[in-house]
Amino acid sequence: MWQELLDFLGSPYNRDQVLVALGDHIYLALVPLVCGIVLAICIGWAAQRWRPVRAVALVLANLLFTIPSLALFLLVPSIIGTKILDSANVIVALTVYTTALLVRPVVDALDAVPSHVIAAATAMGYRPIRRFVAVELPLAVPVLAAGVRVGSVSNISLVSVGALIGTGGLGVLFTDGFQREYYAPIIVGIVLTVVLAFVVDLLLVALRRALTPWQRASGQPAAAEPADSRGGAI
Amino acid sequence: MIEFQAVTKRFPDGTTAVDELSLSVEEGTITVFVGPSGCGKTTSLRMVNRMVEPSSGTILVGGEDIRTPHPAVLRRGIGYVIQQAGLFPHRNLLDNIATVPLLSGWTRAKARARAGELLELVGLPAELGKRYPAQLSGGQQQRVGVARALAADPPVLLMDEPFSAVDPVVREGLQDELLRLQDELDKTVVFVTHDIDEAVRIGEKVAVFRTGGLLAQYGSPADVLRDPADDFVANFVGKDRGYRGLSFLDSTGLTLSQVPTVTIGAPVEATGSEWVLALNEQRQPRGWRSPGSAPSAALREGDLHAGGSLHGHGSSLRGALDAALSSPAGQGVVVDDTGAYLGVVSAETVLEVINRGSAG
Ligand SMILES: Nc1ncnc2c1ncn2[C@@H]1O[C@H](COP(=O)(O)OP(=O)(O)OP(=O)(O)O)[C@@H](O)[C@H]1O
Ligand SMILES: [Mg+2]
Repeated sequence: MWQELLDFLGSPYNRDQVLVALGDHIYLALVPLVCGIVLAICIGWAAQRWRPVRAVALVLANLLFTIPSLALFLLVPSIIGTKILDSANVIVALTVYTTALLVRPVVDALDAVPSHVIAAATAMGYRPIRRFVAVELPLAVPVLAAGVRVGSVSNISLVSVGALIGTGGLGVLFTDGFQREYYAPIIVGIVLTVVLAFVVDLLLVALRRALTPWQRASGQPAAAEPADSRGGAI
Repeated sequence: MIEFQAVTKRFPDGTTAVDELSLSVEEGTITVFVGPSGCGKTTSLRMVNRMVEPSSGTILVGGEDIRTPHPAVLRRGIGYVIQQAGLFPHRNLLDNIATVPLLSGWTRAKARARAGELLELVGLPAELGKRYPAQLSGGQQQRVGVARALAADPPVLLMDEPFSAVDPVVREGLQDELLRLQDELDKTVVFVTHDIDEAVRIGEKVAVFRTGGLLAQYGSPADVLRDPADDFVANFVGKDRGYRGLSFLDSTGLTLSQVPTVTIGAPVEATGSEWVLALNEQRQPRGWRSPGSAPSAALREGDLHAGGSLHGHGSSLRGALDAALSSPAGQGVVVDDTGAYLGVVSAETVLEVINRGSAG
């Protein structure tokens, strides 16, 4: 088996293939993550302002999350009119998941901002949008970051499923390997997926620390991580 | 400076929080809104910076209707301090204090420099500037809250129970600090509290509210204590209002008597049936020798009874009465500016002066 692995990686062609797959994977996982964060924040903002939006958003988020990923990958083209093999399908589908996953943490985190802090900000002359960006959002970062970590892992694993419908990413190594009954690419794919998830997670932790110096300084326990951090929905 | 003209606030649920309030807050004074819980003090205050919109009536600040400017712009010209301080947990103290200057378009450097000055003004060391609010005590947070409200030098300062969450000793320190700041800055301050002691301590004018958002009385603290407008006010300022009112009567009319004195370190004889006051070299009172004390070759401070509070000559009658009542000898010790012994007063003497005062 080691021999098989070495043979596989020994070929420059295979190595190129793997690197391309890794690049695709990163792209397909992280673009939806960023889009999802932005969307979830926008929805969270609207949910703070209008009670009905909040109720609808929370229910919808739960529902969307229960759609199996493969079904969603196949559904998206018929909804947005892309071709079935377009990688945009995966990006849109994963954006939907990420958003659905993050809506509740964002809403919870915004709820947790003390009302006297918001009142003080208003009384000092912040207009609503600037106040949201300068005061409420930074205070939501700890809870949001916990959600984003779950989202990144879930995205990285779900991108592999996209290979079943022919989009790129490390999942291609799995489909290849299974078709040819050749285990080397499968093992490489699994290892790289895990390493990627791990590295991205470390980067997110570092980013969170950089964004919340006040939490370390206060010597207080970090804000509670959301209890229902849901895994993937394959 | 701040004019309430027939201002009413009715909440959607039907509560009338403020009812036809007409009141004019004078420029450069501290005016205290005081009253029991739920009587509309906070609502009245928050209508000034449009955190709450009146249902009817008009409010003028500096002669201008507060509805003229954009609310955000209006608020940058009105400092606001609340009970929980409301500091931004994610910003260090300097950035907290610099908030309004930055919103008003100052450069970052100028705003930071100003924040540093303010930190000192409210009595906090500059090194604290880099700390976050969670690293401060409650009293320190309140100071930062005051500094933040003053940062853009607004002419008006609204304070909603700013000191009620800190313990009584710290609170007194903060009150003194506010009075000192006010001497220096001359802001128009509206201060909300439900503590009548705090109200008479810091207020130049006191507005007593009653439940339902009605103004019960508006006047100087001395007036309110001496001459309550009705039973509600009389009740609210308390049964000991006469005693509190003594704070506003000066004691220059008091006749002092004398007691025998001895000096610490000197030889003393046995005392007879009288209390004897012990002084140090600077003639400052240190304590009392009780009747029937034994003679001694050199009087030591340890042998004395603690002295009770001292009364500075000419200060308020309340201090004189406190001194008389807290003295083991039944005689309040009166001292001059240097703390040196002048004479003593008994509670009876103080009461006589009070009686004469209210008779005349
Ligand atoms: N948003 C609101 N909706 C409905 N009623 C309100 C609202 N805010 C305040 N009230 C009511 O208005 C009345 C006055 O409230 P306000 O907060 O002004 O009282 P307060 O004098 O500041 O009391 P406290 O000393 O307890 O702070 C109370 O009866 C209160 O319940
Ligand atoms: Mg209140």
